[in-house]
Amino acid sequence: MALLDVRDLVVEFPTRHGTLTALSGISFSVDKGERVGIVGESGAGKSVAAFAILNLLSRPGRIAGGSITFEGQDLTQLSTQRMRAVRGNRISMIFQDPMMTLNPVLTIGTQMIETLKAHRDISEAEARRIAITRLGEVKIPSPEKRLDSYPHELSGGMRQRVVIAIALLTEPALIIADEPTTALDVTIQAEIMSLMLALCKSHGVGLILITHDLAVVSQVTQRVVVLYAGRVVESGETGRVVHNPVHPYTRGLLAALPGEAPPGARLTQIRGTMPSLNAIPEGCPFHPRCDYVQDRCRQAEPALDSLDGHLVRCVRAHELMAGQAA
Amino acid sequence: MSEAAAMTRDSGRESGGAPAADRPLVEARHVVKHFDLGGHFLQRERPTVKALNDVSITIRRGEAFCLVGESGCGKSTLARVVMGLLDPTDGEIRFDGTRIDALGHRARKPFHRRMQMIFQNPYASLNPRRTVQQTLEEPVRFHFPKLSDAEVKAKVEQVMVSVGNDPGWGNRYPHEFSGGQRQRISIARALMVDPDFVVADEPISALDVSIQAQVLNVMMDTRERLDLTYLFITHDLSVVRHFGSRVGVMYLGTLCELADTKTLFETPRHPYTRILLSAIPRVTTEEMQPPGLPGEVPSAMNLPSGCVFHDRCPLANARCSAEVPKPQSQADGTLVACHAVEEGRG
Ligand SMILES: Nc1ncnc2c1ncn2[C@@H]1O[C@H](COP(=O)(O)OP(=O)(O)OP(=O)(O)O)[C@@H](O)[C@H]1O
Ligand SMILES: Nc1ncnc2c1ncn2[C@@H]1O[C@H](COP(=O)(O)OP(=O)(O)OP(=O)(O)O)[C@@H](O)[C@H]1O
Ligand code: SF4
Ligand SMILES: [Mg+2]
Ligand SMILES: [Mg+2]
Repeated sequence: MALLDVRDLVVEFPTRHGTLTALSGISFSVDKGERVGIVGESGAGKSVAAFAILNLLSRPGRIAGGSITFEGQDLTQLSTQRMRAVRGNRISMIFQDPMMTLNPVLTIGTQMIETLKAHRDISEAEARRIAITRLGEVKIPSPEKRLDSYPHELSGGMRQRVVIAIALLTEPALIIADEPTTALDVTIQAEIMSLMLALCKSHGVGLILITHDLAVVSQVTQRVVVLYAGRVVESGETGRVVHNPVHPYTRGLLAALPGEAPPGARLTQIRGTMPSLNAIPEGCPFHPRCDYVQDRCRQAEPALDSLDGHLVRCVRAHELMAGQAA
Repeated sequence: MSEAAAMTRDSGRESGGAPAADRPLVEARHVVKHFDLGGHFLQRERPTVKALNDVSITIRRGEAFCLVGESGCGKSTLARVVMGLLDPTDGEIRFDGTRIDALGHRARKPFHRRMQMIFQNPYASLNPRRTVQQTLEEPVRFHFPKLSDAEVKAKVEQVMVSVGNDPGWGNRYPHEFSGGQRQRISIARALMVDPDFVVADEPISALDVSIQAQVLNVMMDTRERLDLTYLFITHDLSVVRHFGSRVGVMYLGTLCELADTKTLFETPRHPYTRILLSAIPRVTTEEMQPPGLPGEVPSAMNLPSGCVFHDRCPLANARCSAEVPKPQSQADGTLVACHAVEEGRG
């Protein structure tokens, strides 16, 4: 049984100008200890998916359909109180900005010890000992001393590592990381992502890594879900998706990476932009930007087809997979 | 080129003596920039952030010079000193042969026009209450007061078209545009006054890959067509490899290496450069590895002795902790500041 199973999840934002559907029935799952990437351009619905799982949707967002089954229980049916016990305990969240997690006026130690005591019945001394172990695991030098530091006394990379240490405190089964290294430079990114990878493996923790960086996804995750305008357009084993992408959108994202073009050459760009939620095109929502568009793409929205385990939402998926589409 | 543009280009060439194609356009010589932090006035030593410590770079005409390095190493500070937005604590800045860091406000005005800057955040860098047309006209009217209304409008249209923007965007407001479109409007604004030199500080970091590609394409086009010189700051090394002609690698307020882009990526020499390049994520199923950079970035308030990189460097020896390495020219013209490289231990 999957650790997390998201089925036909629909998220809506009722507004004065009508209801915006941010997620139109997305499905994906994460097995125990599995690392899954969620990618897509800005506005695709990546963060909304994360917030929906944690029942943290900002008002007026609401789950309008589908289920989110985690460790056998449907999170969409839990009381606020029971959800709070899951969040920050069985599921931890890491945000792009470490200060979303850290309290600027409390020391690192106080925050870690409070978190532990809130979720477990343990003594101060025991909590302190666990906090020191976790800080050591994220390679914070002299962790005993760092317990007394305030967040502003740490560099950006160190702060994000402290957030990871906090995320691990309660020995969660799943960590959701939303753009955890986007604001950091490549050496710190490599430090943090390799650390998360190692910790997920050694603790058997599942990971949902949300990012628009396909290179990072390829080096950290085992499966990847590509979102476009609130829909899954492709998903499958990461190696297959990044090396043999089928959906024209995934191909576009990969082709736009500067590493893919010879130096100085014009970069391939996906023309146009992600549609806004109140103006999703008829038929395939990607068709106005697609290089492979045909008349039938404008008629009905394609279904998510399975090409032996590799899911693709495109009427030309079979041709594209076989390399026959022009 | 419009008459107005031709006129201003010529007048731009006058300052600083005869035009010399092989003279560098921009030079930063031995630049030091320290920030004094508050502290108590009775305190004997107020804390000082040593953001730049004897940094020299030269930027050639028509090139895209890239600056890379760890967060906080002083890239933006160097750009701001070059632009005259910050005064250097020591050292000098030359633009087209003229020393500009000590000029008074009036004498600087022509240089303000010739040097323009594009910022990271396309959401914050445009005034939300002004239409695109107003935003673009303002700098033209300021720097070219003699142009008629019709000439100003013609110029706005010409520049908008040249960066691939629809001139019809003029009477709309910034919030009506996507991030990539806004960044293209920021580029248009920088190009309105016919600059020779454009500093772009992380201009695409906030954008999606597909939109990054759009903006980079516009920057590459304008560099060729308008003979622009770019100083480009980014932490995305695959962008540097694609766009840059030469690269300066900085670490903790110091220049470690300066090389042709191709040379840098093929034969990185400074130990920090090597670690930096090996940390670039690639599309591959090989798992992410730690960068091989032990310890923490030291504080710019308390610089390590000798080579600022010595306490994290795999090649450090006793000399490295005692003596500051100076940038040394290699056979192929690359500059490297490292004792191990000089001693052939690299
Ligand atoms: N509170 C809200 N009210 C209305 N619409 C919202 C709200 N929050 C998100 N949305 C919309 O939902 C869509 C998905 O947003 P989401 O934040 O999930 O994007 P994302 O994929 O995380 O993008 P990014 O890469 O920019 O973080 C967007 O169109 C966004 O405008
Ligand atoms: N106005 C200021 N007052 C005090 N310290 C400053 C100021 N501006 C910059 N600094 C410090 O100077 C050093 C260099 O900062 P700078 O912004 O130039 O780094 P950077 O290389 O651009 O980093 P990033 O990649 O994070 O943008 C940092 O230690 C920074 O904290
Ligand atoms: S369905 Fe058509 S428009 Fe949509 S991605 Fe496939 S080919 Fe392109
Ligand atoms: Mg998001
Ligand atoms: Mg900066």
